[in-house]
Amino acid sequence: MEAVRDAFGKALVEIGRHDKRIVVLDADLASSTKVTYFAAEFPDRYFQVGIAEQNMTGIAAGLALMGRIPFTSTFGVFASRRACDQVAMSIAHPRLPVKLVGAYSGILSGNNGATHQAVEDVAIMRAIPNMVVVDPADAVEMSQVVKAIVEYDGPVYLRMSRDAWPDVVPPDYTFKLGKSVLLRPGDTVALVCSGMMASLCLEAASRLERQGISAMVLHMPTIKPLDIDSLVEAAEQTGCVVTAENHNVIGGLGSAVAEVLSEFCPVPVKKVGLQDTYGECGSNEELLEKYGLSAAHIVKAALEVLERKKK
Amino acid sequence: MEQPAEFSVEQLGEVARRVRRHIVTMIHNSRAGHPGGSLSSVEILVSLFFKVMRVSPEEPGWPERDRFVLSKGHASAALYAVLAERGFFPTSELLTFDAIDSRLQGHVDMTKTPGVDMSTGSLGQGLSAACGMAVGAKIGGRQFRVYCLLGDGETQEGQVWEAAMFAGNRGLDNLTAIVDYNKLQLVAPIAQIMPLEPYTDKWRSFGWSVIEVDGHDFEQLLGAFHRARDTRGVPTVIIAHTVKGKGVSFMEGQVKWHSRPTTDEEFRQAIREINVLSEDGTGCGTSPCGTITPIISGQGRGGGL
Repeated sequence: MEAVRDAFGKALVEIGRHDKRIVVLDADLASSTKVTYFAAEFPDRYFQVGIAEQNMTGIAAGLALMGRIPFTSTFGVFASRRACDQVAMSIAHPRLPVKLVGAYSGILSGNNGATHQAVEDVAIMRAIPNMVVVDPADAVEMSQVVKAIVEYDGPVYLRMSRDAWPDVVPPDYTFKLGKSVLLRPGDTVALVCSGMMASLCLEAASRLERQGISAMVLHMPTIKPLDIDSLVEAAEQTGCVVTAENHNVIGGLGSAVAEVLSEFCPVPVKKVGLQDTYGECGSNEELLEKYGLSAAHIVKAALEVLERKKK
Repeated sequence: MEQPAEFSVEQLGEVARRVRRHIVTMIHNSRAGHPGGSLSSVEILVSLFFKVMRVSPEEPGWPERDRFVLSKGHASAALYAVLAERGFFPTSELLTFDAIDSRLQGHVDMTKTPGVDMSTGSLGQGLSAACGMAVGAKIGGRQFRVYCLLGDGETQEGQVWEAAMFAGNRGLDNLTAIVDYNKLQLVAPIAQIMPLEPYTDKWRSFGWSVIEVDGHDFEQLLGAFHRARDTRGVPTVIIAHTVKGKGVSFMEGQVKWHSRPTTDEEFRQAIREINVLSEDGTGCGTSPCGTITPIISGQGRGGGL
C-alpha cells in the first residue's frame, strides 16, 4: 500500500527514462504532486512556471505542438476551475496530448479545507469535448495508468488522491483505458465506483455479504469514455446500482452512470457522493463520515436501492 | 524549403492592398467578422509571411518552419487572406469564410486551416502557447523562431502577463511578440476601458526588449523584426502603433467597426478606396493586382460579437 501520488511520481520517472517526449510543468506544487522525483532526475525536462496555472496550461499546449507529451502538475481545483478555459480552448479543442494532473481530488485534501477540495473537477472535465477522465483506485493502478495515458494520443485529466489506499486491483492487473474492472462478482446489487472509493466499496460489499446480500463491485477508473457495455451488463445482471464517488453527485461518475443506464438499461440507481455541498477541514475518516462517503453509507445506499428494486 | 522571399517594399504594399480587398470582401460576403482589427494588422502579417518567417506553403507542417500564433484570433480574416496570398490555399476559398463546413472559421482553428499553428479566439492564451513552442525549440536544439501577434485590448488579460513573466525569466530570445496597438477595443477606446500606459515600461519590467514602430510602415516593421532576431538573451516585443480599420476611411479609428459587416454601399466604397490607394501609389505598386469578384447579395450568414 503506497500513496497514489507517490506511485504517480515514480511511474513518471520510469517512463521518462525511456520516453524523452515526456516533459513536466509545475505550478509550484511539485512536493504535493510528487513530480519532485521527475524534476530531480530530468531537470532539463522539468519546467517550473510559478503560481500561474493558466499560463502553465498554455505552455503545455505549445510544448505538445513541439512533439512533447507534457504533464501539468497542480491541484484538481486549479486544473479544472482556474485554468478551465485554457484547458478547453488551448488543449481540448485542438486535441493536444497534454496530461493534466489534478492532485488532492475530492474532499480528502490533507486538511486544506473547501478551497482545495475538488468536488466538481470530474463534472467540468467530463463536459469538455475530447477530454478523457481517469480516476485510479490505488498505487498499482496509478503506475499503469501513467503508461497508458502516455500511449493515448490526446488530452487526459488524471485525478489523483493524496493518500495511501488499500490495493484493490489484482497483482496481474493490466489497466486498459476505457475499460472497467470487476473487483468482486455479485448478482444482487452493483456497486460502481472510481478512485479511492473502490476500497470503500469492497468493504461495503463484505458487510453486505454478512447480511446475505451478494454485491458486485465494478470499478470504473476511466470515467470518460465510460465502459458502457460492462456497466449495462452489470445493471442487467443485478437490477440495481449504487454509484460511489469522491465528488459531487452532480456531473461526476454517478451522473455518467445514470446517463448511460437511463438510456440503455433503466434500473434503480442511488448515488453516493457529496450531496451538492462543499467540504471543510477534518481527518479523512471524519470527512467520509460527515459527507456520506463511508462504507456504512454505501451499505445503506445498497439496501435502499434493493428496496426500490423489489417494488 | 522556402527561405524568406525577396519581396520589395513596393511589392509588399501591393500584397497588403490585395489582402485588404480580401478582408472586406470576406466579411461582407459572410456578413460577419472583425474588419477593424483585421485591417490594422495587415502590414504586420504581410511582413511576417512574405519577408520574415521561413514557411512552406507546399508543406504547411514543415517541422523547421517558423511558428506563428495569432493570439488575437478574431483577426482571422486577415490571416486567411495573407495565407491564401502566400499560397497555402486558393484565394477562391476565402469566400467560404465563416460558412458551414469551411476550413476558415471565425476564430482561427489549427485543426482546419493549413498554415495555422495554434487555435485561438479566447483572448489572452496565445502567448502562453508561443512560450511553449519557444521553450520546446530551445530544449530540442531547434533553430526556428516563434512569432505571436496580440491585440492591445487583449493584453488586459492576466494570462498575458503570466506568459510575459515566464518568457522574460527564461530569456526566450527565439520568441517575438507583436502588439497590434490600434488603441480601440470592442466597446470603446482602450483609454476609456482600461488604459495600458505606460505600456513599454510594463513589457520592459517583465524582462523584454521593446521596439516601437509605425505598424503600417514596412521598413520600420522589417527593421524591428531584424533587430528582434539579432537580440540575444531576452524576448522582444514589437509595439506596432496602428489604426483600427486602416485603409477604409469610414472604418479608420471607429470603435463600431470592431465586428460589424458592411452594407452593400459601404462595401462598394471600401473597395473603391482600397483600389484608389493603389492608384495613388501609397499602398500598391505598378504591377497588375489580383482581382476577386465582390459578392454583393443577401446571402450572408450574419453573426459576430
